[in-house]
Amino acid sequence: METKATVIRDENSETAELRINMGPQHPATHGVFRMVLTLDGERVVTVEPHIGYLHRGSEKLTEGENFQQITTLFDRLDYISNFNNEWVYVRAVERAMEVEIPERAEFIRIILGELNRIASHFLFYGTYGLDIGAMNPVMIGFRERERIQALFEGVSGARMMHNYFRVGGVKEDLPEGFVPAVYALLEHLKKGYEDARDILTESEIFIERTAGIGALDPEKTLDYGVTGPVLRAAGVDYDIRKADPYSMYSDIDFSVPLGSHGDCYDRYMVRMLEIEQSIKIIEQCVKKLPDGPIQGKVSRILRPPEGDFFVHGENPRGDLGVYLVSSGGTVRPYRLKIRGPSFSNLMALKSMMEGAYLADSTVILGSLDIVLGEVDR
Amino acid sequence: MSITDYILIFSIVFVMFNGILVSVLAVIYGERKVLARLQQRIGPSRTGPWGILQTLADAVKLVLKEDIRPQNSDRIIFYLAPLIIFTPIFMLWVVLPFGSGLVLGDIDLGLFYVSALLGLSVVGMVAAGWSSNSKYAMLGSARSAAQLISYELPLILSILSVGLFAQLFTDNPFNLSNIVHAQSGLPFIFVMPLAFILFLIGGLAETARIPFDIPHADEEIVGGAFVEYSGIRWGAFQLSEYTGLITMAFLASILFLGGWSGPFSDKFVWLQPFYISMKTGFIILLAFWIRAPLPRLRIDQLMAFAWKVIIPISFANFILVSLVVFMGDRINLPIYQIQLILGCLNLVSMIALGYLITARRKKRLAVYRERWGEK
Repeated sequence: METKATVIRDENSETAELRINMGPQHPATHGVFRMVLTLDGERVVTVEPHIGYLHRGSEKLTEGENFQQITTLFDRLDYISNFNNEWVYVRAVERAMEVEIPERAEFIRIILGELNRIASHFLFYGTYGLDIGAMNPVMIGFRERERIQALFEGVSGARMMHNYFRVGGVKEDLPEGFVPAVYALLEHLKKGYEDARDILTESEIFIERTAGIGALDPEKTLDYGVTGPVLRAAGVDYDIRKADPYSMYSDIDFSVPLGSHGDCYDRYMVRMLEIEQSIKIIEQCVKKLPDGPIQGKVSRILRPPEGDFFVHGENPRGDLGVYLVSSGGTVRPYRLKIRGPSFSNLMALKSMMEGAYLADSTVILGSLDIVLGEVDR
Repeated sequence: MSITDYILIFSIVFVMFNGILVSVLAVIYGERKVLARLQQRIGPSRTGPWGILQTLADAVKLVLKEDIRPQNSDRIIFYLAPLIIFTPIFMLWVVLPFGSGLVLGDIDLGLFYVSALLGLSVVGMVAAGWSSNSKYAMLGSARSAAQLISYELPLILSILSVGLFAQLFTDNPFNLSNIVHAQSGLPFIFVMPLAFILFLIGGLAETARIPFDIPHADEEIVGGAFVEYSGIRWGAFQLSEYTGLITMAFLASILFLGGWSGPFSDKFVWLQPFYISMKTGFIILLAFWIRAPLPRLRIDQLMAFAWKVIIPISFANFILVSLVVFMGDRINLPIYQIQLILGCLNLVSMIALGYLITARRKKRLAVYRERWGEK
């Protein structure tokens, strides 16, 4: 099971290493990511990641936008989990301006954020199956994600680029019939989750392909600044919803699934079990969802006071941090630094991939579940 | 040879070639429909009624596409490679019988001819990969060479065990028509189920289908040896892939499922091609079915599976068949008793193997259940 590089060489024969260019146009690099692999036969000797093909200068762009307008830029960072991105940003401004958020808005945010986490993990499930060569998972993954997105469309008017969270609350109240729709959706999701689990989790070929591949030990994950499911798969109990609770998470009962080996299989399992936990969270929130206002008292033009503010939240991919520097009295931030989980997780790629097979390279990359929109920003 | 002979040969080749072409189109359409159904999709539905013209439209598109050759590729070999792959598979159809007497060349060494030609397509794969001047193509062709050579062994060993067993019935056991005649009583699948399963596994690997599609591996080496081809040449590769699948299924139905024989096939000759195509279609359906849910193996796991599992079992099966046939012949047992003995031995060994496999699977899964608690 453990993959140890044992290379048998014949002294008389000449061998050469092969440099192969994977991406930016490659079906398994999840966007425009490029790896230059040096291969010894089928073994990867070194890997050189190249990023920046999707660079749009999001951080610099924020300096030219009003505080209200920046949410749209956050939608386009990690375009699989838009609500979670918006949430971290609006929380940063709320922290700066010390805004009180009504309870209903908080619950709406949790419900949408957790639904988005499920959608993101289902997308991971589908693409990961495809990375390993199975065709069915992608159909199930996208089917379930599409159901969630239909609900999102009802709430915010858009499938992906919602621009729904506002500083102090949310844009508008939930549509009529939202609660029964969520219950119906959860029933579908539970069934879809069972379907998904039956295909991959106990498939022997899947286990053969993922177990023991790309293992990271806890020390290394911490050294590289890896967060999210990749970190928790290594057995480090760090979930910001628990470690630094925000919103109403401290009142909600849920657990954090932890892995033990830090390999691709554990990362897959952590994400799958997080779907279960997210369903549990949503059920509690929908039950508790109070009536009331959805928007706190915020001035029409946002002028946060002078100072540095850092806020982070648990995104499906890990720890998304926003470091906001406000010069005080202006309608635009002086500087806004984004700490993207995909970018940090990608840094561990090299140490995971060296010595693995060429076929494992896509499996390892897939297990990080990167979104290039956030890596390149 | 007179001019009429040439015309006859030409028309036969024309009919065969177009028959294969049409059946490949049908199989591709069937695959897309079946896979779609297995994945809760509809599949092609817009081109013609129920989308049946979809593959034809795709083929027309491929023919009309620009034929691109990469710079610095080896021009002659690059253009020859699709032909090198396709020709042997097409030549196989010379000896394949559609019904009693419905065969182009009823040669006595049919089985040898088949196993020799089955091994030739690897030459074309290597030629395509090497001449493309592309690293992905070269990796793909190296993978194909390794895989096809490894899985040739179990395939040929199971073919040979059929030939061995057919000895009991006829003097020319390597003639494919005689093999079918020998199964008029009891198809060989009931006598040698183990050999049938080995043949299926070997066939899946030879035609490079999931879970053995490592030479193509779209997510790693983006199509393998064919990555630099476009248009009609790529179409020729695709054609030979699917012809290979049909051929393998056809061979399986000849060798194990009793070929053209079925109820009333002796009385009504026109039923024979019908029966054999039904059996072939069934095996092809099996391949589609396997493709839908399974992930792909890694190259080292594939090789380990071939050399550590499949090939030893193939040899054991071959020795078992030869021992039973030899001993039965020596002590003059009636054929039905030999069939019974061999069938029982096969059944016992299959149960033992099945037990071993499930035990191994349980042990393997237990490790992962332990990791994640009982769920």
